[in-house]
Amino acid sequence: MVKVEFLGPIQKPTLELEITNLNELPAILQADAEVNIWLESCAVALNDTLVSSLEAPLKDGDKISLLPPVCGG
Amino acid sequence: MLNIYTGALKVPHILKEWYKEENSSNYGAYISFVGTVRSEDGIDGLSFDLYEPILYSWFHDWEEKAIKLGAKIKMAHSLGDVMLHESSYIAAVFSPKRRVALELIDEFVEDFKANAPIWKYDLKDNKRIYAKDRSTAISGSGLLAKG
Repeated sequence: MVKVEFLGPIQKPTLELEITNLNELPAILQADAEVNIWLESCAVALNDTLVSSLEAPLKDGDKISLLPPVCGG
Repeated sequence: MLNIYTGALKVPHILKEWYKEENSSNYGAYISFVGTVRSEDGIDGLSFDLYEPILYSWFHDWEEKAIKLGAKIKMAHSLGDVMLHESSYIAAVFSPKRRVALELIDEFVEDFKANAPIWKYDLKDNKRIYAKDRSTAISGSGLLAKG
């Protein structure tokens, strides 16, 4: 089981999914209209490290985070 | 050093503390940047969410970069509501000579705006509205929209 959390303004509770590779995530999230609108502008982190590829095996307890556009200061 | 405070920053206190911490460290330059909430578009203030694990690792990378240049970076940021004319952000660079500090503060603040995991909301008419138009997608965004 892995967790997918939505940060900042994406008002969506954490998902728990049975997937074994990060490359399975796009199809699942694209099917959710509420989340799909954010995907083009979101960065992805696996266990709090930003990733540049979705080819990543997942293990039980992994945490995936979606980071929408930022504006600090 | 990165400090997160709930609500507005006590700017004179923080700048003074940072000065006291470093005034015998043999740095010749101390340059600070203070971000203050301006009155515009009828807002009552701003509000901030942040994601600490990635914020701290992003800041750590900058600390390492500064050390290689013989410099030191400090930052303070607000969490939650900050009202008009209060401050939500302070960044400072200490370095042996002015040129490194001037260049590093510019580079650091620009990267902060583009990549630090902080989300801004306008406080207006008792609502908290995501500042979408003023926000920037983090480098490498969009991976999940493909495939």
